[in-house]
Amino acid sequence: MNKIKQALQNRILILDGAMGTMLQRYKFSEEDFRGERFKDFHKSVQGNNDLLSITQPQAIADIHSKYFAAGADIVETNTFSSTTIAMADYDMQDLVYELNFESAKIAKKVADEFTAKEPNKPRFVAGAMGPTNKTASMSPDVNDPGFRAISFEQLRVAYRQQAEALIDGGVDLLLVETIFDTLNAKAALFAIDEIKEERNIDMPIMISGTITDASGRTLSGQTAEAFLISISHIPLLSVGFNCALGAKQLTPHLEVIANRTNLAVSAYPNAGLPNAFGEYDESPEQMASQITEYLDKQLVNIIGGCCGTTPEHIKAIAEIASQYRPRPVFQLENITL
Amino acid sequence: MKIENKKYLKLSGLEPLIITPESNFINVGERTNVAGSKKFLRLIKERNFEEALSVAREQVENGAQIIDVNMDDGLIDGKEAMVKFLNLVIAEPDISRVPIMIDSSKWEIIEAGLQVVQGKCVVNSISLKEGEAEFIHHAKLIRRYGAAVIVMAFDETGQADNYDRRIEIAKRSYDILVNQVKFAPEDIIFDLNIFPVATGMDEHRRNAIDFIEATRWVRENLPNVSVSGGVSNVSFSFRGNDPVREAMHSVFLYHAIQAGMNMGIVNPAMLEIYDDIPKDLLEHVEDVMFDRREDATERLLDFAENVVGKSKESKIDLSWREEPLQNRITRALVKGIDEYILEDIEEARQIANKPIEVIEGNLMIGMNVVGDLFGSGKMFLPQVVKSARVMKKAVAYLLPYIEEEKLKNPQVGDSKNAGKILMATVKGDVHDIGKNIVGVVLACNNYEIIDLGVMVPPEKVIATAKEENVDAIGLSGLITPSLDEMVFLAKEMQRQNFKVPLLIGGATTSRAHTAVKIDPEYECAVVHINDASRAVTVVGDLLKKETSEAYKENIKQEYDTFRQDFLKRQKVKTYLPISETRKNKFQIDWKTSEITKPKQLGVHVLKDFDLNLLRDYLDWTPFFRSWELHGKYPNILTDKVVGEQASELFEDAKKMLQKLISEKLLTARAVFGIFEANTVNDDDISLEIPNPKSQSPNPVFRTLRQQSQKAKGKPNLALADFIAPKESGIQDYVGCFCVSTGFGTAELADKYVKEHDDYNAIMVKALADRLAEAFAEYLHKEVRTNYWGYASEENLTNEDLISEKYKGIRPAPGYPACPDHLEKKTIWELLKVKENIGVELTEHMAMWPAASVSGYYFANPEARYFGLGKIKMDQVEDFSKRKNMDLEEATNWLKTNIAEAP
Repeated sequence: MNKIKQALQNRILILDGAMGTMLQRYKFSEEDFRGERFKDFHKSVQGNNDLLSITQPQAIADIHSKYFAAGADIVETNTFSSTTIAMADYDMQDLVYELNFESAKIAKKVADEFTAKEPNKPRFVAGAMGPTNKTASMSPDVNDPGFRAISFEQLRVAYRQQAEALIDGGVDLLLVETIFDTLNAKAALFAIDEIKEERNIDMPIMISGTITDASGRTLSGQTAEAFLISISHIPLLSVGFNCALGAKQLTPHLEVIANRTNLAVSAYPNAGLPNAFGEYDESPEQMASQITEYLDKQLVNIIGGCCGTTPEHIKAIAEIASQYRPRPVFQLENITL
Repeated sequence: MKIENKKYLKLSGLEPLIITPESNFINVGERTNVAGSKKFLRLIKERNFEEALSVAREQVENGAQIIDVNMDDGLIDGKEAMVKFLNLVIAEPDISRVPIMIDSSKWEIIEAGLQVVQGKCVVNSISLKEGEAEFIHHAKLIRRYGAAVIVMAFDETGQADNYDRRIEIAKRSYDILVNQVKFAPEDIIFDLNIFPVATGMDEHRRNAIDFIEATRWVRENLPNVSVSGGVSNVSFSFRGNDPVREAMHSVFLYHAIQAGMNMGIVNPAMLEIYDDIPKDLLEHVEDVMFDRREDATERLLDFAENVVGKSKESKIDLSWREEPLQNRITRALVKGIDEYILEDIEEARQIANKPIEVIEGNLMIGMNVVGDLFGSGKMFLPQVVKSARVMKKAVAYLLPYIEEEKLKNPQVGDSKNAGKILMATVKGDVHDIGKNIVGVVLACNNYEIIDLGVMVPPEKVIATAKEENVDAIGLSGLITPSLDEMVFLAKEMQRQNFKVPLLIGGATTSRAHTAVKIDPEYECAVVHINDASRAVTVVGDLLKKETSEAYKENIKQEYDTFRQDFLKRQKVKTYLPISETRKNKFQIDWKTSEITKPKQLGVHVLKDFDLNLLRDYLDWTPFFRSWELHGKYPNILTDKVVGEQASELFEDAKKMLQKLISEKLLTARAVFGIFEANTVNDDDISLEIPNPKSQSPNPVFRTLRQQSQKAKGKPNLALADFIAPKESGIQDYVGCFCVSTGFGTAELADKYVKEHDDYNAIMVKALADRLAEAFAEYLHKEVRTNYWGYASEENLTNEDLISEKYKGIRPAPGYPACPDHLEKKTIWELLKVKENIGVELTEHMAMWPAASVSGYYFANPEARYFGLGKIKMDQVEDFSKRKNMDLEEATNWLKTNIAEAP
């Protein structure tokens, strides 16, 4: 059994909080984003947060450090948009391997430092694989519902490049996240499963969907349970939800999943719902107190934060979670390795 | 026999389908199969995908739990047709809620299908026909795509046609899949080949029995798998004799299901109920199925000639009409059926000692059931309103008898109702859909409702409350000035020593406002209710003797705590002086900014506009919200919880909409204008009106500027920033409008109320509101692409419009960007709105008729919607000077936007 599975049996693992929220504090300018290397790049790159792993690696490492110091067991690589599909907006498809590889290395180095200092609390790096900015099950053109802007095959190839680079960079696990269209996620799982077979490796996979509103469905229309069924064919470490909702609104959907799976369950909600100005303003204390409900009901094994969360949020969550036992997980069932 | 599946076959479309031992037989729809349906084949060949979709939809509506899609035909590009059709199916939530069975004999078609479906599908099918290597290869891919699979009993030597071959192939396939491919056994479904019986050939005599026995063996020996098959094959020799075929299907299924067949393709129209098969026919069919007699086939053939085809007729189930009287009345109320209620009520009246007993007894028993179902979330608001319609009809029928009874026995008092409640939309406000709904729901629960209607002055509320000695007062309002009106009423009730509870509801009201602003003004209970289903319990708790005191005390305390917490929580925001914020205005580079000269300047009026043109612009989501059904259209129609109710409501709405349009019951009118304009003195937009005769000063739109301190680089916005300033020397433009679809609404709604039909009264108002919004959307588009023409190339769908993807904005006075309702007055004078189209402003600046929308047009591509937020007194002072009005008056109008009111 690898280390992370072992750790999961014993305690609730803490995932980090938002990368974007922390990066905003740096107020990086176009020049900062470009750095020396891209100073003459033909397109504006401000806002391409993933690029900062190359141009501002110290900032990324510092943010990882802050989250580990706040109590996180797992940090996510700064690779949410590091696929050829998402990078097309910046004409940076060619950088995909490097972005993922470097991001993984930065995070892994910080993780190793923390593990060395505290060997009884090993730290892990999850390779973050975002949903891309295209959707395979929905048409962007309402007049042509049969149209698709991207195919399964294109997604599979893009995810494959990303996953290989993340693995080469040294991640401990992969996190397919913020899934608003299950078909995109299935393409990612397909690619990862291929790599695992070819390289003959055991790479734990976390899956995290996104319920977009009170209807309790993903953007592509699936209920939480239908989503769970649709991604259960590949051996997984955990399944859960992140983003779109605050901790409180996420509770009923987590209950659906927690009652129907033997896998570990993860949750990393936003810091509340956006206020009238689009800001997430739930305080660390407020969020932690919402999360107590998850813990009281034994709904989760892995918990962290998404949009608007900071090391302060993670610290508050970690403190509360340390007082609880994890949701019981029966790893052996349902897993065909 | 015992089959114990420990792991269940789980499939998914948008919704899950889990097949457990307790599940009934899973019916796979087969009409979307070109090999099985001539009609579907024709539609696909003609590329009539629209109608092909309706075939799929019909199947799901008729109960298919999985749909089988097959495009294997020599004249069709199967792969292209599969992908195209599935992509369209996925876009229809009422079809794609069920899992899909991808059916083809060609692997490339199956794989193409698997790549476009997000849910967990079933592949139909694979087999050992081409050998183990290919079988394994395909199975591995299917696992990786995340689908279940049907395995045909077929191997290198051919199709299994007897018991031994069936179990031999099934066992071999199972072992390879489970042990080598690591396929989850619960994801395996065997198709053990159903072949015809009674063909006259000896080797076919055991076809049914072998299938059934092989099924039994498979389910007992191959753990966790399922068994499926196409049932109609078995009766192939009796084509043309449907009664016999139907009996054969039923008999076969009855036994196959017992043996463990748990899914399959069955045409439900070709199925007789097993217990309804005539005994003699049953015996003949079973003889054939079980090969019980040498001459079984001949005997069935002979017998079949005597079985005359009888057509099945479908009719509405009226068996409930045979039930006892109370059951009928209760059912009519619960189901909202008003067809028979008067005859049932008459029957009840004749039995009762006094007519009033029918209300207090029969009808209340029924309404209590309605109340319980609603309270426990098993009924939804539109159903309850329909129940109320039945109730009101019944009561109206009884009233004359009750009056008569009173004349005979004047000493007998009025009927005992649960309490008297006064309801009103406050002064200056005209919105009443929510109030009416709450009124109807309370009336259903035996409260007497005194509804004072809309724009009710406070004196009238107070006077009526005293006169009628009411038990509670409910106030409603939608526009922001109504909030103050409610505070005023609370003060007034306190001054006059009222003791009855005050209920607060309506779109702008909130728990926070009620707790912070209204509750402290009135010593007795104040409760915020924004949900009709809560109204009944809250009013019950407030008025019932046993609970009243404790509840009132509780709610007081709750609001007190809430208030304190709320005030503590208030973020300390920093505000800048108005002069500072002007330095941080939103900067548009006017030299390069694109400004289009309007094609048609001046004022335009549209009268008797064709409502039909607005259909495509309707945004249905808020319509459902007004009925307290929450969810996004169209997904709400298939929602697990409210879907059925939402669909029913939607049907009724569409019918009413059709009626409104075709009978021209509502009138749509609009007035709008586009003018030369420039920003002057930072925050004012000064208009040039082409009328040299007029000596009056130019009309001016006064805008308000955000005053809270912004993050670095973020501007303090005012609408004036989107118009070029005078000093730039560039001519810019601004527009404004008012549309209404409300003429006729009140009359029509009143007519329905008089007919005791609140359901349709509310429906008319809710639709009129939607049409007004649609009209505003339509007109904005016309202005963008035509009258002004700054976006003549635009090509946006209704979805895009709903999500505000258009260029330029149309903010409305009274809404976040420009919360000052008084600006409507400027628009009214400028466009002569009242004279031109008849829409009036109330004293609180609400528009009458209520189904009206007004606002400004800003065309600059950089213009965007924003919220003003809180402002400080320095801006209010400045604003009052600019507008030439009392500071006090200005403070009053802007109260809800002022940080720390003085």
